[in-house]
Amino acid sequence: MTTARENRLGWGLVAPALAWVALFFALPFALMLGLSFARLEGRVVVQGFHLDNYLRFFTEPALFRGLIVSLEITAIVTVVSLALAYPLAWIIAFRVPRRWQRLALVLAILPFWTSYVVRSYAWLLVLGQNGVINRALLSTGLIDAPLIMSATRFATVTGFVHFFVMLLTLTIYANLVQLSPNYARAAADLGAGRLATFRHVILPLTLPGVMTGAFLTFVLCIGDYITPQILGGNNELTLPQLIMMQLGRRGDFPMASAMAVILMAVVTLAYLACARWLRMERV
Amino acid sequence: MRVLSWLYLALMFGFIFLPVAVLVLFSFQDGRLPVPPFNGPSLRWYVEVLGDRRLMSGLMNSLIVASLSSAMALFLGFLAAQGLARYRLPGSVLMRAALIAPLTVSYLIIALGLMSLYQRAGIGLSLWTAGVGHVVINLPLCFAILYASMGEHQRSAERAARDLGASEVQVLRLITAPMLAPSMLAAYFLAFTFSWDEFIIAYLLTRFDVTLPVEIWALLRSGLSPRANAIGSLVFLVSVGVLIIMELTVFRRVRR
Repeated sequence: MTTARENRLGWGLVAPALAWVALFFALPFALMLGLSFARLEGRVVVQGFHLDNYLRFFTEPALFRGLIVSLEITAIVTVVSLALAYPLAWIIAFRVPRRWQRLALVLAILPFWTSYVVRSYAWLLVLGQNGVINRALLSTGLIDAPLIMSATRFATVTGFVHFFVMLLTLTIYANLVQLSPNYARAAADLGAGRLATFRHVILPLTLPGVMTGAFLTFVLCIGDYITPQILGGNNELTLPQLIMMQLGRRGDFPMASAMAVILMAVVTLAYLACARWLRMERV
Repeated sequence: MRVLSWLYLALMFGFIFLPVAVLVLFSFQDGRLPVPPFNGPSLRWYVEVLGDRRLMSGLMNSLIVASLSSAMALFLGFLAAQGLARYRLPGSVLMRAALIAPLTVSYLIIALGLMSLYQRAGIGLSLWTAGVGHVVINLPLCFAILYASMGEHQRSAERAARDLGASEVQVLRLITAPMLAPSMLAAYFLAFTFSWDEFIIAYLLTRFDVTLPVEIWALLRSGLSPRANAIGSLVFLVSVGVLIIMELTVFRRVRR
């Protein structure tokens, strides 16, 4: 077979997928980018190159605050989820007997398979005023009045952490079991204590996997509408909640587009910031 | 140290299972509110949910959208993976990046983009328009899984088939696809569960016929109800069922 013919065949195989991505991903994004520079006058979208939406976003505190809230929540969620998931993955990889590891892992991510919407709702049943935790605490007499946990940032963070602990445990475990035990043995032979071995050998070796997981957490968390909407109440709104509000109540598609572009820019910046640790091709 | 490890493991499993346990327990509640004290068990909410026309049509719609969109994503991803793994094409790095790109973008943004496209093109919203979005999110996934699992022994088998006179389509159909069957099944099921459970794209890109997550969302707006627990538990049961089937068939074969 000649190279030209091979190339043609190869192109023919890749072309349908590329066309799909171009038509239903790249083109829509370009249209949305264009729309973010349009303006809503009355109920009519006026095309053009206006920076109104972007200016309004950065000057109107109610809107700009959404970005800050989203960044804060995402940062807290990423750090807490990593701090909880790493030890869990480590225990499953090195403490649980080998023949039980697979079962332990499957169990650790089993609730992952409940519907995403329903999972947030389930936390409402746990954290609510009449929820399981409040009822349990009240009946033991530890508290006199129910704790307010639902419709708070605490509830949003809890719902998110629950989801991402499962996700990160899986990715970190996959990294830990790939490590050859020879690294730890060599470190021990050279006189490193257990903590030093972890800090200078195990942790650096798993860093790329951890960073990939952290980036995935960041992207999924900052763009999520469901969890803050169900658990966070309306006391503080995240960026996706504000975007949905532009769409729904006001029908302001250009503003929603501008905010989506800003969301996308934030994710891109985060990607560039940790690009050198990421191994996206291994996801 | 050892005791601490087991304690931590137990605590984390408690945290991970708490909401699911509460969800399932109060789906059997004999009363109007899915909160303590627990009365029951009663199956009345399951009976009610299974008789609910809207939820059941949502379920059917979800099955249709998930099975078709995953098949499309798998088909496109398979062809692209084959093209990029087998042929040395100029610009292949760039093409790989383009195919993976939707994976790094929030579903909300993909949905908004498609909304602008449909509006501009004057296409009315339906299950189809949401399904197109689900192909966009699952295509990178299927591509990445299949691309990673294409190995050297397969290439030799394909070359042998070609030498024996098989056409390109025959090679794909008779050699490549069967050899990749486990990965294809895994990719299909993963894509299926993602589409089946996806909310925001389905919410923004459907109108009259909607998928199950959108129906559940509408149900939740009316407040806490054991009805939501029952449908949630059913969805969980189905997903775990699929998972067990996969574990017993696909992954067992992969490990051998």
